[in-house]
Amino acid sequence: MSAVVTASPSITGRSVPGAEKEVLAQLQVAFGSKLKDAKIVRERLVELVIDRADLVPLCTYLKDTLGFEHLSCVTAVDWKDRFESIYHIENYYNGCMVQVNAQIPYDDPKIATLTGLWHAADFLEREMWDLMGVEYTGHPNLTRILLPEDFKFHPLRKEFAQEVDRQYITRRKLRGGK
Amino acid sequence: MPEFWINMGPQHPMTHGLWNMKVKVDGETVTDAKPEIGYLHRGYEKIMEVREFQKNVVLTDRLCYVSSITWSHAYCLAVEKMMGIETPERGQWIRVVALELQRIASHLMWLAAYGPDLGLLTGLLWALRERELFLDLIQLMSGARMNQNYPRVGGVRNDLPDNFEAMCRRSIEHFLEKVDNEYQRVFQESKVFHMRTEGVGKISAADAINWGVTGPNLRACGVNVDLRRLDPYEVYEEIDFEPQVWHDGGAGDSYARFVCRFNELRESCQIILQALEKMPKTGPYRVKAPRRAEGEGYAKTEDSRGEALFYVIGDGDDRPYRVKIRSPVFCTMAATPIMLRGNKLADSVAILGSVDVCVGEMDK
Repeated sequence: MSAVVTASPSITGRSVPGAEKEVLAQLQVAFGSKLKDAKIVRERLVELVIDRADLVPLCTYLKDTLGFEHLSCVTAVDWKDRFESIYHIENYYNGCMVQVNAQIPYDDPKIATLTGLWHAADFLEREMWDLMGVEYTGHPNLTRILLPEDFKFHPLRKEFAQEVDRQYITRRKLRGGK
Repeated sequence: MPEFWINMGPQHPMTHGLWNMKVKVDGETVTDAKPEIGYLHRGYEKIMEVREFQKNVVLTDRLCYVSSITWSHAYCLAVEKMMGIETPERGQWIRVVALELQRIASHLMWLAAYGPDLGLLTGLLWALRERELFLDLIQLMSGARMNQNYPRVGGVRNDLPDNFEAMCRRSIEHFLEKVDNEYQRVFQESKVFHMRTEGVGKISAADAINWGVTGPNLRACGVNVDLRRLDPYEVYEEIDFEPQVWHDGGAGDSYARFVCRFNELRESCQIILQALEKMPKTGPYRVKAPRRAEGEGYAKTEDSRGEALFYVIGDGDDRPYRVKIRSPVFCTMAATPIMLRGNKLADSVAILGSVDVCVGEMDK
């Protein structure tokens, strides 16, 4: 294996310069065309766009081979024509963060769960199911967590309208525009 | 005796807020636990979508009223990454001072809550007394004791007042003396305190990482992860400090969590003193931020309770399209059943208090 993983078997608490390039290169070798988009956003941050079918193999590779042991955050985004489930996965050995954007079609909001890899996914995925209505298939206990059990909506979806579009008067409006 | 469930909360002195820990007991021993949260859910992620970028700082202040500046700073940092702007150097140093003052105030609030959890009322009174010193400093800096609305997208609201440095040094000197002479004795050197906290609420390092436990709770397991060091933001790279990690045996229990937090009080004082020394004495502290922005930005910071992550998406309008808040307590809460299992019911207070729960940020 390359330097990223083996050079730092223990957590030193310091980041390894240039680790994100190494990570990206290894991911491109292992997954190649399955990565719809792969780029380095800034130092210590790699962004990947994949289809939802490739999520579990990719995350298994990240965790078991590259040492990304910490699932930091799961975000679901409503893009009106599709959903996106975004995972922030962190490597404590070199300080690198990988952001995985998994695309989900709007009419079938389902994606495989990651609870088999990270227990942290349990609460994080439940929250996103609760607020956004993306179903994480295979989750052991996919129930509402923040909202009451009998709540009927998924409020973070864009179709769940708020009372007003803007909570302020725009400058354009003040000047007489619309 | 058959097992049965007990509700520790939502109205329980241990919860420090509104949440419910259901524990299953067999006699005196906890066999299972289930946190029930959401009593304080205010829908922050939704209501932030109809407000301007700058006006959301007011909301993020109220995510955790004990640790306002660290939260609004994390939000501002994420928005800055999205807009592609950077705070001027003096602004970054002022932010570091503000963050560490807030961290001390937050840890003292935790200490004040943890003392009475263990029947140590002196801890409450002493810690709140010293917390006032730091709230006074924050008031001097920002004009408010709590919910300061101090960080801005692109910097901070105002420059430091003239006499700030001298006041800061005086307060810290006084505080460090209290920590060494009073706090050390009443907490760490107390035999009862050791008996209540040592060996209870254990979690292994591997479990803690896998469940997403972060911050002082993770460092108490012996994992050397401090985002100020691992992924430095602002000017933390130029500051010489030692992340507080538990190195001895018995890692991951309530006592280790206490020691890591407690030592962070001293470490934060050193960071403030260094920052006052090293910061440029004049210069701009804020840049003008664009009103509209497109793209995405994320920032993760070392909050008082762990890793705070903001993920902001803009669609070219003057308000965010989507904001995601990653609360460290929310993830730590998922791991509390592991800490509780196998302990006595009476110890559950000593365990949950050491985790430092803040319901505001947990329920969003």
